[in-house]
Amino acid sequence: MNRRILLAIPLAAAVACGGDRKAGADSSAAQSPSTTSGADLTGAGATFPYPIYSKWFADYASSTGVKINYQSIGSGGGIRQLTEGTVDFGASDAPMTDAELAKAKGPILHFPTVLGAVVVIYNLSGLTAPLRLNGDAIAQIFAGKITKWNDSRIATLNPGVKLPTRDILVVHRSDGSGTTYIFSDYLSAVNSAWAAAPGKGKELSWPVGIGAKGNEGVAGQIKQTEGAMGYTELAYAKQNHLAAAAIANQAGEYVEPSIESATAAAAGIGAKLPPNTDFRISIVNAPGKGSYPISSFTWLLIPKTIPSAKKHKQLTDFLRWYLTKGEASASSLDYAPLPEPLIATLTARIDSISADTAK
Amino acid sequence: MTLPDGRAVVAAREGEGATLRIHGAPIGDRVYSGAITFFALCVPLLLLAIAWEIGVAGWPTLHKFGFGFLTSSEWDPVTGKFGAAPAIYGTIVSSIIALVLATPLAIGVSLFLSDLAPRWLRQPVGFLVDLLAAIPSVVYGLWGIFVLLPVLRDPVMPFLRDTLHLDKTGLFTGPAYGPSMLAAGIILAIMILPYISSVSREVLLAVPRSQREAALALGATRWEAIWGAVLPYARSGIVGGVILGLGRALGETMAVTMLIGNRPEIAASLFAPGYTMASLLANEFSEASSDAHLSALMAVAFVLFVITLIVNAIARWLVWQVSRNTSGRTA
Repeated sequence: MNRRILLAIPLAAAVACGGDRKAGADSSAAQSPSTTSGADLTGAGATFPYPIYSKWFADYASSTGVKINYQSIGSGGGIRQLTEGTVDFGASDAPMTDAELAKAKGPILHFPTVLGAVVVIYNLSGLTAPLRLNGDAIAQIFAGKITKWNDSRIATLNPGVKLPTRDILVVHRSDGSGTTYIFSDYLSAVNSAWAAAPGKGKELSWPVGIGAKGNEGVAGQIKQTEGAMGYTELAYAKQNHLAAAAIANQAGEYVEPSIESATAAAAGIGAKLPPNTDFRISIVNAPGKGSYPISSFTWLLIPKTIPSAKKHKQLTDFLRWYLTKGEASASSLDYAPLPEPLIATLTARIDSISADTAK
Repeated sequence: MTLPDGRAVVAAREGEGATLRIHGAPIGDRVYSGAITFFALCVPLLLLAIAWEIGVAGWPTLHKFGFGFLTSSEWDPVTGKFGAAPAIYGTIVSSIIALVLATPLAIGVSLFLSDLAPRWLRQPVGFLVDLLAAIPSVVYGLWGIFVLLPVLRDPVMPFLRDTLHLDKTGLFTGPAYGPSMLAAGIILAIMILPYISSVSREVLLAVPRSQREAALALGATRWEAIWGAVLPYARSGIVGGVILGLGRALGETMAVTMLIGNRPEIAASLFAPGYTMASLLANEFSEASSDAHLSALMAVAFVLFVITLIVNAIARWLVWQVSRNTSGRTA
């Protein structure tokens, strides 16, 4: 108990030093109870980064005393709650669309936190090296245009590999998911037929295949079915030791999914960003050596104007913390950290968040 | 005699029983009856409020697609085209499979427990069957993925298709991947079995002994007594239990989602993946953010609501028919 109050004092002092004496006095009174009951900040959104976010929020609470309550209700729900103003920040695996931004009460800033990669997994016995695929082949398999494993369009990518005549069973996610969004974003980027239909989204009208619920559903179905192919996120595939295909990137090299190759994709795109970017950017099929082509950011959605000075201070402090300390722990949970140059750009961007002190 | 708050209590003899009467009871009575009337009204009001809320939220979609929403098979959130026919079809078909499988089993179990089982076996078996209802549906789903699907894939589905040559019926054709309408129907059958059997058991136990004894006295065998005297007597109650199970099957979400293959397509073969309305909602609601998509999901919820109401109404009518016929015959 004593320690908590002690922790609260420097925070209150910090707010007071900010120049607003009234806010400082208020928060010293308000903070000691808030550290013992309830959360200081609430957020809601994406489930994909939930493991790393919950680690960050726990680490942050134990080092600063600021409690952040995050509900992993899905990106769509996070955007809805942020739009309605029921949470302090949102989180999403897909950037908000212009229409969604227009509905929000004020401008929303996108802060990339970590990178996710989507891996193509398969069940085919007798392979000694990872299967090699390119975007066109994957798009045609998932569109039902390639139906057999020994199709020449797969065989030419895998010289010397004996492929069976077996049918390919396509397994996709049935539940709306950022993983599906990233995967279909990639297929739309590399295959114009896919871009026309089914296109990209968190739920698609799949031409073929079986829908399974969650990463575990997809992986379970593939493990049980010889000849099945599907996709899951990198962390899930790594932790469960699933066989994943090496995928041809823009430069034509076959890259196996890994934390490093996902970060390399972000670095490849990051080098080409215009200075005024809003970070609503897709990094699928990124240029650069060693970059894994099915990678994506996941974002925190932060209102540009935060209604109270106290919350403004807490939220911007947290943003600085995750960019410095948080990123270092990302790879321990199989998330790819942001590349170095991007962190500097994002840190500078925190200053553009303002507090609405009129209230 | 006085209560702690000073009110006098008078015990009065009225007719056969003694009743306690509190002075000023009419007010208490009125408060009491008002309160319970209010609580009783809350339930239908809540139902109406839910229907209204879902209906209003789904109206843009129902208005835009009209009757086509019920007949179209296209469900494409990317282009904003929505048709719920496969989900409606799947909901009904999976529930029918479940009923076809579960009803004879459940009646068999309850007959065994009420008429045939030795006394020491009744309690434990009845308890274990009832326990099926206590298993969370996600556990059924996981069990389905890891036990039921592999068994279906090999040997059950190939046996039905190739050995029994049931592929000629059109119901058991195509590749046996596992996740299918059949798998969903089987898991639903297991899930609704305890509901049907526990109601049936109570009903069968309530059949008067004289009914059985009369049949046996007339020289009926045990089977004839059950078939001719016990089951007809219990028929309306058993139908009621089946309806309760049907209600469960229509609304079941998680286990079905995990086993049905989630493919919005109407296929004649039960080996093919399908979709149900409840699993469609479970799959897409959390990530839906566009207004059109949300409204389409609400419209699906509304259709599910209406179909459940219709099924329940038909069921009520069936129970009423059966009980009228039964009482007519026994009278």
